Amino acid sequence: MADNSSVSRQICAKFGNDKGRMMDILLGVQAQAGCIAPDALDEIAKSLSASRVEVESAATFYAFLSSRPKGRFVIRLCNDVIDRIQGMDRIADALKAEVGVDFGQTTADGLFSLEYTPCIGMSDQAPALLINDKVITRLSTDRVREMVHTLRTTKNLEQLKLTLGDGNNSHPLVRSMVVNNLRERGAVVFAPSTPGVALQRALSEQPVELIKIIKASRLRGRGGAGFPTGMKWEFTRAAEGDRKFIVCNADEGEPGTFKDRVILTEAAGLMFEGMTIAGYAIGAAEGILYLRGEYSYLLPFLEDTLAKRRAAGLLGRDILGKSGFKFDIRIQLGAGAYVCGEETALLSSCEGKPGDPKTRPPFPAQKGYLGMPTAINNVETYCAAVRIVENGPGWFTSMGTQGSAGTKVFSVSGDCSSPGVYELPFGITVAELLARVGATDTIAVQVGGASGRMIGPSEFGRKLCYDDLATGGSIMVFGPGRDVLAVAAAFMEFFVEESCGYCTPCRAGTRLLADRLERFLKGSAAPGDIDYLEKTSKTVKTASRCGLGQTAPNPILGTLQSFRKEYERRIRSNGRVFLPSFNPTSAVAAAEAIAGHVSMHFPAEKAGAKQ
Amino acid sequence: MSNKVIFTVDGASVQGEQGQTILQAAALAGIYIPHLCAMKGLTPWGSCRVCTVLANGRPQAACTMPIAEGMVVESETAELKDLRASLVEMLFVEGNHFCMFCEKSGNCELQALAYRMGILSPRHPYMFPTRRLDASHPDVMFDFNRCIQCARCIRASQELDGKHVFQFIGRGAHKRIGVNAKSGAAGTNLGVIDKAAEVCPVGCIVKKRVGFAVPVGQRLFDSKPIGTEIESRKAQSR
Repeated sequence: MADNSSVSRQICAKFGNDKGRMMDILLGVQAQAGCIAPDALDEIAKSLSASRVEVESAATFYAFLSSRPKGRFVIRLCNDVIDRIQGMDRIADALKAEVGVDFGQTTADGLFSLEYTPCIGMSDQAPALLINDKVITRLSTDRVREMVHTLRTTKNLEQLKLTLGDGNNSHPLVRSMVVNNLRERGAVVFAPSTPGVALQRALSEQPVELIKIIKASRLRGRGGAGFPTGMKWEFTRAAEGDRKFIVCNADEGEPGTFKDRVILTEAAGLMFEGMTIAGYAIGAAEGILYLRGEYSYLLPFLEDTLAKRRAAGLLGRDILGKSGFKFDIRIQLGAGAYVCGEETALLSSCEGKPGDPKTRPPFPAQKGYLGMPTAINNVETYCAAVRIVENGPGWFTSMGTQGSAGTKVFSVSGDCSSPGVYELPFGITVAELLARVGATDTIAVQVGGASGRMIGPSEFGRKLCYDDLATGGSIMVFGPGRDVLAVAAAFMEFFVEESCGYCTPCRAGTRLLADRLERFLKGSAAPGDIDYLEKTSKTVKTASRCGLGQTAPNPILGTLQSFRKEYERRIRSNGRVFLPSFNPTSAVAAAEAIAGHVSMHFPAEKAGAKQ
Repeated sequence: MSNKVIFTVDGASVQGEQGQTILQAAALAGIYIPHLCAMKGLTPWGSCRVCTVLANGRPQAACTMPIAEGMVVESETAELKDLRASLVEMLFVEGNHFCMFCEKSGNCELQALAYRMGILSPRHPYMFPTRRLDASHPDVMFDFNRCIQCARCIRASQELDGKHVFQFIGRGAHKRIGVNAKSGAAGTNLGVIDKAAEVCPVGCIVKKRVGFAVPVGQRLFDSKPIGTEIESRKAQSR
């Protein structure tokens, strides 16, 4: 490992000692020195003319950054709910046995660290894990044994025998075993298109006319919130600012979503073209692609795609001969924080700060990145914008429904025979989708990821669109025998981990909710606990500062609505136990240890008998 | 004047000025909206969420939401009062608050809010976290058991003292106040006369050797509930 201080100085210099590039600097130091040690904080602060605690603030926010040295191979096992139902525990046990340490620990020889990480965007090929930035999917215990053995003997990640995936997954700059599972190509995102055609057309229009075209297409944000894209561009164009920015949100962290992974792999050019068109429309010269840290295996490939577009005159100065129009894109890598998918948190992260959401208003269209007008859209939204410019708004609105024009790319995972990516017109019913993906006897579907809504069979006739069941595309299918409350509990655990901690209801409230839900799973829930869950969920939903907290209680509220019996049947109310969640035996355990003798009233062996 | 803004709070007409937040304009009009992280003279922050109101039917933090002409603000509804109490109770259970032997008792805004709201015991179970103490500084001491993460000290240090003594470190449940030194508060340039040492609404940041200079019974909220100073403005203007 290199010396932390000199590495820090070099990397800061590489990024022009610019505090705004803190994320890249921290990631760079970590990559070279193995961690961001206390001394490195001082060194970085000095180089950037920042305060030490400011650097520490960013360095301690992101899950992929560490203040202590970790193993040469950091194995991060995905603990998303789909991975859990597809054998995560067996994989975890195999990892512990092979590596020889528990999760959260590093081996004495400094070779391996074991950690859990939330959804890494591989739910269609779960269970999956990351080793440093390499993705390993479709895990089996045999593969774990073989993998750990290879790494231990060769100490080289490239020695792992992996069958490369389809499409660009086997591109020389990707070389990943990830497969696309692209099951249905629709007319918009995954249809064939020629780079530059739409951009040429866009540049022949006045920017204002271009925005009119997007508005006429009724395109809405594909990330899930569904804000009209044309309106967002119009606001950003109208806002005053010396510089304007186009940001693409590729921080696809919503559990069960992986469609952007496939778009980034197979249609990155389309996405970059959409950003360029947006840049022309709003008058921006700079774009940022915020790529989640989990997808860093795609970074060299995406950089190469950008370089090729620059060489082809599709980025840079006087794009496609249009005098005066310049636009370029940089990629900002994230470092493990779901909250950065929230657009203002994403901007904070791009600015090199912890991923805390910003106060709104002002909205990013007015004051976004660096306080300048910024249009932020989802990966899929930019792709759709290109095709709208290419084929006209009428073509786009002929697909989908009145309120939800066009197609949607769905990420389908869980109990079905063909998990993967499906591009289908908006308005398809849940039942139709389930039939397509080969799901039978489905008991529940989680629409929209952890922050979405769980529905039961009685609601499978509902439509997937903004007017009915809105979704950013995550569809998790649960078959017979799955425990919907365990699913909800896994999601709550996720929100507790991923809350930024800025506001009270999200920081404290999600923990309180997760703990109370746990009582139902442990069999210690009392009748009043349903009421507590409902009221506290409402408080967290109402009072939270950003979308994370405002949707964090959804796993509870959704299951309470559709699966209330699952709660009721687990309540202990035999009339003898006043507070089932209170276990007097464990409550006196610490005192027993101090006193050095067992309790006369609540001895351990009688605990069961007394209740 | 075009910068006058008329809006209503619980049906009462309030005149404010363009650029003011709901909390600021209401306070000037003698309407108290409970709050903790907000403090006059500091940039609005919006983290405690105790000042949550409905602005045109949508939940907003009164301390960060700008007023607008004709805006309808609801504040003292039964639901919002209960929501605020629930949030204050979350702050109590999230830390370790023992009023009976806290030197800030009577001057503590969290305690005063609980009294004003009639909170007898929290509806949420105590978390009993393990938190740090930092008594390294010669004149100021930190008991993070009582920290409610309002960021007043962070803002005061930057905005009023021109220093960067504090910043949040960590994330989520692990988010906490960090100081600008490896070795604790003693290693920072915090001074005892800094505003940052005065703005803490609870007993987390306290000055040494003056804890009981004002005896219990004569403290800020001992005779009148918190908010009285704001509400008395309305009484005066009548």
